[in-house]
Amino acid sequence: MTAPPWPKPRTAHPRAAALLPGGRRRRSSRGVWLGVAAWLAGLFAVTPILWMLLTSFHSEQDAAQNPPSLAADLTLESYRTFFGSQPLPAFVNSFSASLVSTALVLALSVPAAYALSIKPVPKWSDVMFFFLSTKFLPIVAGLLPLYLFALHTGTLDNIWLLSILYTSMNLAVAVWMMRSFLSEVPREIIEAAQLDGASLTTTLVRVVGPIAIPGIAATALICFIFSWNELMLARTLTATVASTAPVFMTSFLTSQGLFIAKMSAACIAISLPVLAAGFAAQDKLVQGLSMGAVK
Amino acid sequence: MDSAAATRDTPLPTSTPAAAEHGEARIRRWARRGPLLPALVFMVVTTQLPMVVTVVVSMFNWNALYPNDIHFVGLDNFVQVFQTDALRGAVVTTIVMTGVVVAASLVLGLGLALLLHRRFWGRGVVRTMLIAPFLMVPIAAALLWKHVLLNPSYGLINGALGWLWSLFGSDSPPQPAWVSTYPMMSIEAALIWQWTPFMMLIILAGLQSLPPDTLEAAQVDGAGPFAVFRYITLPHLRRYLELGALLGSVYIVQNFDAVFTMTSGGLGTANLAYTVYRTFFQAQDYGLASAMGVLVVLASIVIATLALRTVSSLLKEA
Repeated sequence: MTAPPWPKPRTAHPRAAALLPGGRRRRSSRGVWLGVAAWLAGLFAVTPILWMLLTSFHSEQDAAQNPPSLAADLTLESYRTFFGSQPLPAFVNSFSASLVSTALVLALSVPAAYALSIKPVPKWSDVMFFFLSTKFLPIVAGLLPLYLFALHTGTLDNIWLLSILYTSMNLAVAVWMMRSFLSEVPREIIEAAQLDGASLTTTLVRVVGPIAIPGIAATALICFIFSWNELMLARTLTATVASTAPVFMTSFLTSQGLFIAKMSAACIAISLPVLAAGFAAQDKLVQGLSMGAVK
Repeated sequence: MDSAAATRDTPLPTSTPAAAEHGEARIRRWARRGPLLPALVFMVVTTQLPMVVTVVVSMFNWNALYPNDIHFVGLDNFVQVFQTDALRGAVVTTIVMTGVVVAASLVLGLGLALLLHRRFWGRGVVRTMLIAPFLMVPIAAALLWKHVLLNPSYGLINGALGWLWSLFGSDSPPQPAWVSTYPMMSIEAALIWQWTPFMMLIILAGLQSLPPDTLEAAQVDGAGPFAVFRYITLPHLRRYLELGALLGSVYIVQNFDAVFTMTSGGLGTANLAYTVYRTFFQAQDYGLASAMGVLVVLASIVIATLALRTVSSLLKEA
């Protein structure tokens, strides 16, 4: 037996210390402090957002106070201004582009992941690296061709073009996520189903499907968030008809000047769908972000 | 489509068993490839084709403001790119910004994941609070930092400084103009705030996949908490740290929203993505912008080749 790589403990009986009541009490008081530290970190991370939320309910005068006024009267004025400036089409556009592209990503990535994990093609890992390598191509380097293409095909300011491009933006990561989710489906189950005479469709729907659904949901959530957030392509390729929520945000600011309460209201409003989706599906978020590396 | 292609390619006299077998194998091969093809074709068309166009345009003198003067110039645009300071500055800015943000958010994310991995009262709430920054739309997060936190006259930070100073009876607190005095640090702070939860979640996933018996065995063998961390936890987390660094780099190298919103690329904060965007839109110099784009891609390929080597470990274990 080889010696463990860490230095030898100084105490002769390391386990004895852990068994002593004093030791246990010390450990639990340390636990309390670490819990407090976690709470402080959490509050620190969320304070800017809460402050923005509070500011969005303040009048412009109160919002511009220094030192800040915590107890100022609350008002819906900023939200009235924001929703009065007709942001609805932009929200509808964002929802359409995000949902359509997410659906397309799933339609393309699930079969691809199947061909990369359950029934792998030869050289599947090269294909995986090809997909990943496309993520390293900066979108900005393809901006001009995309713009010229849109200009000449009359698809400038068209939400469908944006949906296609968001699909392209998210597909590589989605294939990676889906592959790792699908490779968790035990081969034996699939073989057993086929031995029992189940057709390919039945195997996919009844056996692979239920195991893969959580992974598909995680992938969809991540794709939705990234599409909703995207600014550069939307700003370049849309104008008035197809502008998305982040693009609307930039023009809202220009038209309103720097009014901090209105700006806060607008920021909260456009982040709300993502915040809601993310909070509702935290576990999916963890799974998706780690590309299914969670076993 | 695929099976049709396969039958067409099958030699006509299928009576010999060898030929039939060959044809069948072909069909089976295409049946395997079939599900992969739509995604593969889609990616080639939407990512590789534009790149080819960019390479072609990069060799033309093409300014949208002078539409009658488009002609082939070979590598002149590339020479011009290297002669201007803008791109060199942008390369340095991009490297510094990406390095600082990825490193800081990885370290912070590791610390937070370790805190969050323990059981304590209100753990779910704390996790929700820690994730929140990642769920802000990036442009909203950039605006939040620029105006709500860092604004010199009504931002929260200077407001808090004023409040602290007034506690001690001083009415002249320091009120720095954060974004104009420390432009890079402001952008980096905003990005670190947004990306730390991302790293934390990935590392947390790694911690949760660490088998508890390994930890117990190490403790029984007399390893203290630091030895356990150093020799058990950290090696186990390596893959997850690498994955976080890789994904974080991919997204932060291309960051546009924060630079665009907080400084509009001024004060030495123009990274590559923003510089190409500006050359394209403000200068309308398509040839030059494309040359920059090509160089950005070449640089990305170098980084990607290095990065992919580290990720290959991810595939092996799967």
